[in-house]
Amino acid sequence: MSGDHPILPRPSLRFVAVWRRNLLVWRKLIVPSMLGNFGEPILYLLAFGYGFGSLVGDLDGMRYMVFIASGIICSSAMFTASFEGMYSAYTRMAEQNTWLGMLATPLTLDDIVFAEAVWAATKGLISAITILIVASVLGLVADARALLALPVIFLAAFTFGALALVITALARSYDFFLYYFTLAVTPMLLLSGVFFPLTELPGWVQGLALALPLAHVLEIVRPLMTGTWPAAWLPHLAVITAYGGSAIILATYLIRRRLLR
Amino acid sequence: MSAIRIQQLYKAYDGVAVVDGVDLEIAPGEFFGLLGPNGAGKTTTLRMLLGMTPIDGGQVEVLGLPMPEGERAVRERLGIVPQFDTLDPDFTVIENMRTYAAYFGMAGPEVDSRIDRLLAQVNLNDKRGARINALSGGMKRRLTLARALINEPEVVVLDEPTTGLDPQARHHLWRQLRALRASGVTLVLTTHYMEEAEELCDRIAIIDHGRIIACDAPSRLIAEHIEPWVLTVGGTDAGEVLQRELGPKDRAHQVADTWLVYTAEPDRLRERLRALGHEPTLREADLEDVFLKLTGHELRD
Repeated sequence: MSGDHPILPRPSLRFVAVWRRNLLVWRKLIVPSMLGNFGEPILYLLAFGYGFGSLVGDLDGMRYMVFIASGIICSSAMFTASFEGMYSAYTRMAEQNTWLGMLATPLTLDDIVFAEAVWAATKGLISAITILIVASVLGLVADARALLALPVIFLAAFTFGALALVITALARSYDFFLYYFTLAVTPMLLLSGVFFPLTELPGWVQGLALALPLAHVLEIVRPLMTGTWPAAWLPHLAVITAYGGSAIILATYLIRRRLLR
Repeated sequence: MSAIRIQQLYKAYDGVAVVDGVDLEIAPGEFFGLLGPNGAGKTTTLRMLLGMTPIDGGQVEVLGLPMPEGERAVRERLGIVPQFDTLDPDFTVIENMRTYAAYFGMAGPEVDSRIDRLLAQVNLNDKRGARINALSGGMKRRLTLARALINEPEVVVLDEPTTGLDPQARHHLWRQLRALRASGVTLVLTTHYMEEAEELCDRIAIIDHGRIIACDAPSRLIAEHIEPWVLTVGGTDAGEVLQRELGPKDRAHQVADTWLVYTAEPDRLRERLRALGHEPTLREADLEDVFLKLTGHELRD
């Protein structure tokens, strides 16, 4: 008999119990948590929207504030999911031994890692929903098509959560996460069309941005929020899914190697 | 059928074997102790048993199911008290119990009444709403035990459960473990406390350098592996006297500034030592003496 484990994770429905555990803890800390996931992006939206908006005027045929509303929703989902997959998941893995406790039950590491990615996606979605509500109150959302953006954002947040879990699997301390934020998250935030259209950038930067997932999320979400249909949504969705699928497989593999050795 | 059956178990890290051909069979209802110095392979053996470490060689069956393939089904019927605290600090006592039950897929009024019963059993009923950080070390251990019993396990595995506990807390835990044993649960315990193992276990395996070097009932280990009496003599100058006076079958061993003499006939030697102005004390040999004889007196890391 060998200790080899199949490469592809096989999570069971039991992952819901892990997801619920995180939900229960989140409910206890809902006020500070919501402030972080919701207050900050709203500030960005208002400050940039009103401050810059008056200077910029229209962009891609829409008010600047309408333009960045969809950008902020996507970047906020990315940040929220990345934070959850790194700082919070790392705390549960390395500081509190929460996962180790779970492994004494019928849960497997496949269940736990998958649940963490789904939980990160959930938090990304919660943040997106709250911003969407504020944006629609401010009249920045065109029509009900915007609701279709939510499942896309959930998938994207799962991808960002799973990518963050890969980093968590490799981290030896919290400081390690700064590399990922500086080398991946911030470049994505600045180059993916959140604050200005991708087309303003040199061709090679556009190419770089399109090699990363956030730009593809915006290509689907922005049209849906501004009252049109995204052109060629399938390839964009494929990129997001490919990143998410690879990341969850790699994260599970690396965390298994780290904890179950 | 055995509760646990381990055959030729092998595990190496970076080419160095830490578990090197362990064979073990534990019968249902048995209270089994696994003793060994630090780094001897106890915890690694336990982890392979629980499906928490990949097996490099050999076979492990728990409740008739092969590991690690059967990990889910096995852990469904197992209770685990890990060496390190894994209680959820974000939850209260009762929330810890409910959340843990949910990991087993258990919820509802039936589980709530079981939780009430278990918390009463470990004297934590008045701490239901307490946060984990507000509990003492002993309370945390008791809660960990109560939590491990949530699924009414057939086998309970405890990795150094009493390390760091005060004597009161330790004796309380012993009572709990004896009650479990009486109810027919199979128990597997690792510990560094020899009197604990001697007190609780039906059978003990001493493991060192990844191998089992002795396995039997505590009383038989003592009868077979060591002289029945131990004379303790203080003072380094006792060495010379002992060299002259030691019987042919006696063994003397120096630990710091004390000499231990293992012997079957202590009377003559004791009289001689007294006559020469020493004050030897005599006691019966115990499991600790066996352990030190088999694993050596050198410090382990």
